[in-house]
Amino acid sequence: MQILKLLFKNSFRHKLRTSLTVFGITIAILAFGLLRTVVSAWYAGVESSSASRLVTRNSISIIFFLPLSYKEKIRQIPGVKDVSYATWFGGVYISEKNFIPNFAVDVKTVFDLWPEFVLSEDQKNAFIRDRKSCVAGRKIAQKYGWKIGDTITLKGTIFPGNWDFVLRGIYKGKYKSSDETQLFFHWDYLNESLKKTATNRADHVGWFTVNVTNPDLASDVAAAIDKTFKNSLAETITETEKAFQMGFVSMTEAIVIAVRIVSFVVIVIIMAVMANTMAMTARERIGEYAIMKTLGFGGWHIAGLIFGESLIISFIGCALGIAATYPAANAFGDAMSTYFPIFNVQRETIYMDIAATFIVGIVAAVFPAWRAVKVSIADGLRRIG
Amino acid sequence: METKTAIVQIKNLFKSYKRGNQIIPVLQDITLDIADNEFMALMGPSGSGKSTLLNLIAGIDKVDSGSVSIEGIDITSLSETGLAKWRSSHIGFIFQFYNLIPVLTAFENAELPLLLTGLSRKERKEHVEMALQIVNLSDRMKHYPSQLSGGQQQRVAIARAFVTDPAILVADEPTGDLDRASAKEILDLMERLVHELGKTIIMVTHDPRAAEKAHIIRHLDKGILNANTQTSL
Repeated sequence: MQILKLLFKNSFRHKLRTSLTVFGITIAILAFGLLRTVVSAWYAGVESSSASRLVTRNSISIIFFLPLSYKEKIRQIPGVKDVSYATWFGGVYISEKNFIPNFAVDVKTVFDLWPEFVLSEDQKNAFIRDRKSCVAGRKIAQKYGWKIGDTITLKGTIFPGNWDFVLRGIYKGKYKSSDETQLFFHWDYLNESLKKTATNRADHVGWFTVNVTNPDLASDVAAAIDKTFKNSLAETITETEKAFQMGFVSMTEAIVIAVRIVSFVVIVIIMAVMANTMAMTARERIGEYAIMKTLGFGGWHIAGLIFGESLIISFIGCALGIAATYPAANAFGDAMSTYFPIFNVQRETIYMDIAATFIVGIVAAVFPAWRAVKVSIADGLRRIG
Repeated sequence: METKTAIVQIKNLFKSYKRGNQIIPVLQDITLDIADNEFMALMGPSGSGKSTLLNLIAGIDKVDSGSVSIEGIDITSLSETGLAKWRSSHIGFIFQFYNLIPVLTAFENAELPLLLTGLSRKERKEHVEMALQIVNLSDRMKHYPSQLSGGQQQRVAIARAFVTDPAILVADEPTGDLDRASAKEILDLMERLVHELGKTIIMVTHDPRAAEKAHIIRHLDKGILNANTQTSL
């Protein structure tokens, strides 16, 4: 017989109590994992940003456009490798609940600047050739059952009217963190229409994306771009793609902080539940610990049994919680794909699950172990019978 | 007549307990020698201090003053850790309510004290099988306490008490929870441990029939050891 065997047997002595505690920890770890994944998903755009990409936008606000003519001026700035541009279209697919991030883009450069969006050469060429075509991400195509050749109609909210696009390509993400829910179409197609319907908006873009030759030069290049357009009718702000994305996230930072706090509150609650279980267990076994002390087991042995039992129960719950997190995150991610295009359980989340479980297991056992070690054998023996 | 050496030597022992602000004397000026290979019964009314004296001999309680020497070692000078180590090799305990660990089999319960020794798994197995054979429970090794009768459980507890081969066994009302037949079996077994294995047994009991098995009977009353020594041999 080994001490480990005694540990496991002790852990399941009160099957109902242990099962309920394990269930509680499972739910807590699942909730913690999902909440942490929500936080990660919130920052997914920031995390997947490239260090070599800059975003140049109107200094007043993102809703004000920039002249297309800036493109060539930006390209001539030392340190600039490529320039692309895009405009937020804000079209709705069938109804408003079907949110799709859709952009009018420079089709010739978009896939060069975003190599993480992988499109076959055939599909890329077909997309470039057809001005009324579009390309969609794999996830969004799957969600709506789109196939190459299908016509997708977006209802314009910023640019009124029904806009028909023929799907010419479906891109895939190069990384797990690549967003596969976007839709791109020709900026030229949008511009043609604007020239007829809203001439003041024609030949303007939402922002420029600049690829720099060396990420170390990013801040110098950004400063040079903004200096170029200083005192012009449309002054610019150029920042890294990460800072640009972060700007959007910071608008909702209070929600992220709240989610973070709730995730830690869940752990504190389960810590209290676990501590209660261990306190009951140790109280019931005070006599038994006294017996073990009479046999020569020292305080460290007794403390080891209590800490070990607490950790075993905690980690069983943790393992089940982690196992449940993946399918739950998949289901949650599918259901919430409109809001969280990337909803992957991060490795860091699992590490945090394990760390939280370890802390719960240890903290829950501290007081019961201290009490069991401190109680004298004579006092312990008096509680038997 | 052969003179036996004293394995337990108690001198001027005092012990009291605190209850609130009150100090209640439990044992007063106890001086007692117990010879090696002796079976001694300690009798007395409830609250006379029998169990306290037994606990002090076994090193599981602290004296107020006086000394307790076991096999020449003054255990009152040992630290908690030192006492725990000392107990594991010098003392075997037998309790009234057996106090077996319910989730462990008879074999595993008897093996428990051996986990503190440096014995290999194989050696431990040999020791446990031998101990359970002596208490006549070889066929119940894999049984859990709940699957054993009271008498059988007490025999497992006795096997656990002597499996590390301590010189002294202390027993606190070992037959107190047993029917007459089982009690007789236990007392016979304890007698065998004294005669065949050379153990020294100190037994606290209320039961005169149990005490009859002992070589010597000492009486405690209100914490004072009666000077009269009753010999049953």
